[in-house]
Amino acid sequence: MAAYALRRFLGLIPVLFGVSLLVFTFVRMIPGDPARVMLGQRATPEALERLRKELNLDKPLFVNWQAYRETGDPRKLLEAQYPAYLSRILHGDLGRSIFTKVDVAAELKARFPATFELTLGAMTVALLVGIPAGILAAIRKNSAIDLAVMTGALIGVSMPIFWLGLLLIYVFAVHLHWLPPSGRLGIGTEFQPITGLLLLDSLLRGRLDVFADALRHLILPSLALGSIPAAVIARMMRSSMLEVLSQDYVRTARAKGLPERVVVYKHALKNAMLPVITIIGLWFGTLLTGAILTETIFNWPGIGKWLYDAIQARDYPIVQGGTLFIAAIYVIVNALVDLSYGLLDPRIQYR
Amino acid sequence: MATLARTPTQQALRRFLRSSSGKAGLFIVGVFVLLALLAPLLAPYDPAKDRDLRARLQPPSIEHPMGTDELGRDILIRVWHGSRISLRVGVVAVGLALLAGTLLGLVAGFFGGWVDTLISWLIDILLAFPSILLAIAIVAVIGPGIENAMLAVGVVQIPVFARLTRSMVLSLKEQEFVTAARALGATNGRILFRHVLPNGLSPLIVQATLSIATAILDAAGLGFLGLGAQPPAPEWGVMIARGFQYFTTAPWISLFPGLAIMLAVLGFNLLGDGLRDALDPRTAKL
Repeated sequence: MAAYALRRFLGLIPVLFGVSLLVFTFVRMIPGDPARVMLGQRATPEALERLRKELNLDKPLFVNWQAYRETGDPRKLLEAQYPAYLSRILHGDLGRSIFTKVDVAAELKARFPATFELTLGAMTVALLVGIPAGILAAIRKNSAIDLAVMTGALIGVSMPIFWLGLLLIYVFAVHLHWLPPSGRLGIGTEFQPITGLLLLDSLLRGRLDVFADALRHLILPSLALGSIPAAVIARMMRSSMLEVLSQDYVRTARAKGLPERVVVYKHALKNAMLPVITIIGLWFGTLLTGAILTETIFNWPGIGKWLYDAIQARDYPIVQGGTLFIAAIYVIVNALVDLSYGLLDPRIQYR
Repeated sequence: MATLARTPTQQALRRFLRSSSGKAGLFIVGVFVLLALLAPLLAPYDPAKDRDLRARLQPPSIEHPMGTDELGRDILIRVWHGSRISLRVGVVAVGLALLAGTLLGLVAGFFGGWVDTLISWLIDILLAFPSILLAIAIVAVIGPGIENAMLAVGVVQIPVFARLTRSMVLSLKEQEFVTAARALGATNGRILFRHVLPNGLSPLIVQATLSIATAILDAAGLGFLGLGAQPPAPEWGVMIARGFQYFTTAPWISLFPGLAIMLAVLGFNLLGDGLRDALDPRTAKL
């Protein structure tokens, strides 16, 4: 298991290397002078010159053959743009925003808790809806309930998430005034976060009013973001449960005269959960990194919204750094999901 | 053909006709395709010239069944013409991904070795990005617009087809009919395209249908973010975004394009499920 874990994580290195190469090339593919692209039209000549030096724009892109031939020193090969970029990101330097000059790595760290909290909210919705619905559909196979769950799940995966978000805002915020339409806290709420997870922080500080406010803000975006995983989990739960329920040990349990409730929830559910947990893990990674549309609609101050604003403003250092950060998180979460199977199912042998 | 012995095609057709989701999907997709094809004949439309400022923001009525938008344009006719854009995006993007992905998968699976390592590495890199982020990043670089959005949405789907084809080739190339073809002197190209590919076509067809659904959703998302089709094009995502500004007072502007997206995506999802029932009975229905 440990050896497999090590190999799985070592396998991430070539992928992350490729990702950095791709992200680096992305910004270089934009026509024009990269320094001008990164600093915008109103940059001063001095700033442009400074950045050109910093980005090594006078040097070749990937490998500096010329310097190597002139000096014979193999270290000179790396005096090129991409190696310098790679060295900067390995030191945690993702550059600065063109417009606000804010440090990209620091801002990503500051915004991550908001995205994480939204992911947890969406996942809660997905589990609370998806798992019971799937179980119910499986034990009442071919009934009206089954048909309703499966139809609902199909509609759930077919709905554009941004449109669902708008409908939710229209019904629950604009029309009924039950819930706030955007943001994480009401305007004028004074609160100093600790971890950045508002639900946790408000409890730690004993501010129940802030807790209630944060929870009310979290509900609608969580419903929107959780709709697709809820549908996928329900479908998976149903088919997995049906498969387990047809197995011999379940028939034995029934033959022993155990109540159906015990058979389903004690004997079948545990084994039926395994493929569902896989899906949950993969969706966790997707939600954590793919909430751009939801965050934009609900004005949620997370990474996705920031990235979207940066794309609109052509703030390329943010786009570059944010994309790299998200891809890194995504592959790491997926690797962790992979490894967790072994802990959950002792039958799985890693080779 | 004898009546008792059915060809595989007939069997598949029978299975498809028994699948209620397949029939429902075929119906929805069929209606969309028909409406999209007939739009220029039945209701010629020029989005750039269409405006009637006296009829702004009208709720649904007999004259305007889906209401009108902020420029007095009839939503129904725009949603109708939008089907042409969305279907085209879905089909072109998936066609592109199918072509590129299948070729990559065939080559990787068939030749193995360093070619496989290289292609698998490229696929892993593409898969390291959440799909909508990759599409957004591509459009951010090559610029917004409907053609670029098609390209972006297509590129995002390439790894899906590459992986599917690769694993299919890996399992098929060891089979006896391939060895037999090789013994008869068939070239690699002939083996790949005449023997291996046709035998692995079913899962690709199913995946392509489901991918059209995803592509339509992604392209609408790009349109909504202002990165796909540009106004005044009657693209559904763009219409929803425009309606967003008016939607406390005129929710119908965003409502109907969204319903259209949902129905179209639902249609392709159902059709894909039905095709899986028909073509790939082993993995269908548990």
